[in-house]
Amino acid sequence: MSATTLTETPQQADRAKTIYEKSVPGRRAAQLPPLGEGINETPIDELIPAHLLREQPAELPEVSEPEIIRHYNRLSRRNFDLDTGFYPLGSCTMKYNPRLNERVAGLPGHAKLHPATDPSDAQGALQLMYLLQESLSEITGLPTVSLQPSAGSQGELAGLLLTRAYHDDQGRNPTKVLTPDTAHGTNPASVTMAGYEVVKVATNEQGGVDVEDLKSKIDDDVACLMLTNPNTLGVFDENIAEISSLVHDAGGLLYYDGANLNAIMGQARPGDMGFDIVHVNLHKSFSQPHGGGGPGAGPIAVSGRVEPFIPRPQVVRNEIGDEVFFDLDYDRPKSIGRLRGFQGNFGVFVRSLAYILSLGGDGLSEASRLAVLNANYLKQRLSEGRAGKYLPVAFDRHCMHEFVLSGAPMKKDLGIKTLDLAKRLLDFGFHPPTVYFPLLVDEALMVEPVETEAKSDLDAFAEAIESILEEAEGDATVAQNAPYTTPVRRLDEVGATRKPVIRQQIA
Amino acid sequence: MAGYTPATASDQAEMLAAIGVSSIDELFEQIPADIRLNRELDLEDGMSESEVYRFLAGLADMNLDAERIPSFLGAGMYDHYVPAIVDAITSRSEFLTPYTPYQPEVSQGGLQVMFEFQTAMSEITGLPVSNAGLYEGPSAAASAAYLAMGQTGRTGLVASRGLHPHSRETLATHAVGFGATLTEVGLEGGLTSADELEAAVSEETAAVFLQNPNFLGAVEDIAALGEAVKARGAMLIVQVDPMTLGILRPPGECGADIAYGDGQPLGNRLDFGGPSFGFFCAREEYLRKMPGRIAGETTDVDGRRGFVLTLQTREQHIRREKATSNICTAQALNSLAGMVHLAWLGKQGFVELGELLARRTAYARGLVGSLDGYELLHDAPVVREFAVRSDRPVDELLPLGDQADGPAPRLPVYPLGRDYPEYEDCFLVAITENRSVDEIGWLAHMLEHAQAGWGEHIHDHDHEGNPVAGALR
Repeated sequence: MSATTLTETPQQADRAKTIYEKSVPGRRAAQLPPLGEGINETPIDELIPAHLLREQPAELPEVSEPEIIRHYNRLSRRNFDLDTGFYPLGSCTMKYNPRLNERVAGLPGHAKLHPATDPSDAQGALQLMYLLQESLSEITGLPTVSLQPSAGSQGELAGLLLTRAYHDDQGRNPTKVLTPDTAHGTNPASVTMAGYEVVKVATNEQGGVDVEDLKSKIDDDVACLMLTNPNTLGVFDENIAEISSLVHDAGGLLYYDGANLNAIMGQARPGDMGFDIVHVNLHKSFSQPHGGGGPGAGPIAVSGRVEPFIPRPQVVRNEIGDEVFFDLDYDRPKSIGRLRGFQGNFGVFVRSLAYILSLGGDGLSEASRLAVLNANYLKQRLSEGRAGKYLPVAFDRHCMHEFVLSGAPMKKDLGIKTLDLAKRLLDFGFHPPTVYFPLLVDEALMVEPVETEAKSDLDAFAEAIESILEEAEGDATVAQNAPYTTPVRRLDEVGATRKPVIRQQIA
Repeated sequence: MAGYTPATASDQAEMLAAIGVSSIDELFEQIPADIRLNRELDLEDGMSESEVYRFLAGLADMNLDAERIPSFLGAGMYDHYVPAIVDAITSRSEFLTPYTPYQPEVSQGGLQVMFEFQTAMSEITGLPVSNAGLYEGPSAAASAAYLAMGQTGRTGLVASRGLHPHSRETLATHAVGFGATLTEVGLEGGLTSADELEAAVSEETAAVFLQNPNFLGAVEDIAALGEAVKARGAMLIVQVDPMTLGILRPPGECGADIAYGDGQPLGNRLDFGGPSFGFFCAREEYLRKMPGRIAGETTDVDGRRGFVLTLQTREQHIRREKATSNICTAQALNSLAGMVHLAWLGKQGFVELGELLARRTAYARGLVGSLDGYELLHDAPVVREFAVRSDRPVDELLPLGDQADGPAPRLPVYPLGRDYPEYEDCFLVAITENRSVDEIGWLAHMLEHAQAGWGEHIHDHDHEGNPVAGALR
């Protein structure tokens, strides 16, 4: 394939225009209801003093409704999405988003319920939240769940603030949080925001925590160890029981980053491994659509000793006589307080509970088993042929739900980097895996094929990789200059950072 | 279980053979036996799609949503009309199902939406830079505090009691981690006390948080209050209701360093509190310290215009413990809904809606304030929400009818007592374009009955005896 510039159709030529550039003075879409009989068209400056009022209207686009639909539909076609193709983005669990979940979340009883509705008029919503709390408690093996955090990183921060509250309550003030060098970037960022110091723990040859290194860093100044298990290399840390005792014996807590929970649902539970705090990404394991970058939700599950400190309000089930009443409990004196407004991302809770109800306990378990089967199968496929030669697996053993390849030999022998391979995959109609993460694997590719992908999709992906490598053996420049078939080709990210243009200039 | 997994038994057998194991169990042997679950999860068995639908629709039916009763609840989330095109656009797979745009060549749609969103938010707040969105309002307050502390090297945070109680509580929660102290400034006549504010701000103050309109609905004179803040070198941070910015002087013109807020009024449903989106706009000098994703314009190798995530060295996946924020997955789809709603309202409609809110609210405020047993908590100017004091305790006021026959639905207004013990006998009334004159009349009539006693019936008419279609549906 060559890098010819195609002549653009009108649609293509138009697509890079912003909605502002389509604005024509006097055009409009909105028709507002009349003010109402008996209400005066009082000049606004008689209601609000003039010096508190806006002088010039904000520059918003002036467009008609059909133009808006056309504009955003055309934009949408410039996105690759999960409903269109394989999306093996490691650590992101890009599983199918059932449309039933959208339907139930959109019912007026859920979607048009005000968050300050008195609990007596919101029993359905509170019961729904209670059922999700109970389900996540069973799945994680921990007794109490707070649904409040908005996504994984807010769950992490909540967990670290819980850690602080727990130690404070015991009159202790440890200052350090241990994280493996394979951790997601949100972990160390959250640690700093919680006022702790990050101490990195090394990874052993099996991709797990280096226990000797851990021992050398554990003392009574350790507040907590944050761990993902299976970790970001897709490896289950079999020393978890020992790690857990080491941390607990020193008075610390264990935090579980639930980003990889999709590997172990119904197989093993963080609570049973000794973790005290777990966050769960409902937009990963529990099928909330990713929306191009959210919304998600990051509920946390905690052990008994952390329970007094969870955010408030908490949904509780009270029995008054033979009546059951679901309520919001604000009376939690040791609570860390709020992380956000109202009760959390309820719309996400509806979708995730729909998913849990659809699959049931057996189905969740089966989902994890098939996710692991898919990952090991794809890993096997990619250990054959050219992929096996140029893209060796970073830790060669059975993986859990994802695995990491190193593009180092590919870079050395073929002259194409992991980034080039990723860009060339776009031409083949695949979303690339996560690239350059985890950091300790050179030229890393992190592949998570999830349970909702068919074997034929995995085969096609493996074949695409093989084709790209074969092509690169002949001519490395093809991958080096890829992609060719996408709405735009490689973009100047350096220039974008050097002279940021982050909004439209309006004349 | 639901048919969300394609692997048949024969697929599985082929895959296991290729891997060289005899069962899936073998793949799980890496989990030590003593921590394996070794039983089924104690959850119900999976249900069919129609059963799940019926179950969750049943729960939905137990809620008194804004289609079943005219809702005058506000407190940061409002029952605005969400135009149909918002649903049409946000439900497209291409917007609904991708991840964060890490591969810009195949994410131009989402990235361009972010760029347009940043432009629109920057315009309505009057501040030059905007990010592509945060989770929601109160946690955006915490992000602003984190920026201000890093910027000023100071640890004091000051918040008006006119700031949303959820924002103040969220600040207090985060302050423990940030090593900050939070001081509150009281209200006088519904407005932030200028004297108390001046006394509270010191050389240790990193930032002062105000809200406009404040939680009691009152329009603050941000520029005037900001003078004391600026004089001490602290940052002025203002939480705003975006739907009022069609008519109110934007925070950027009032000296704000940062404006943020909850985007729910823009194109997002109530959803019992989320997901909505947070927005975060600032002066140019804070660009490289902003939290969250930012899209920037650039060109591709063929010179074509395109968009990328930019200034990523601020972010957790690059900077790790030194990042400006820990945020990763945010609420991009909700920001898209906000952008579509703003485009639908357009330059004129955005102003007209603000004017409609102010006029209808003035009407409702006059009507409710004139009822026996009620008075306005303050007479400061308002846009879309006002506070009322009741002779009868609010707890007794809200059930619509005597409770002798069982629990009655509650009048959907916001009681202030939990958040403000000093206003225990007060509540907030919020108005949107969805609240018609008839419904405002119904509210007035319900309030009259609530004060004077219900008599035999809950009435479905207004204070003049005219029927109100759909009241308490």
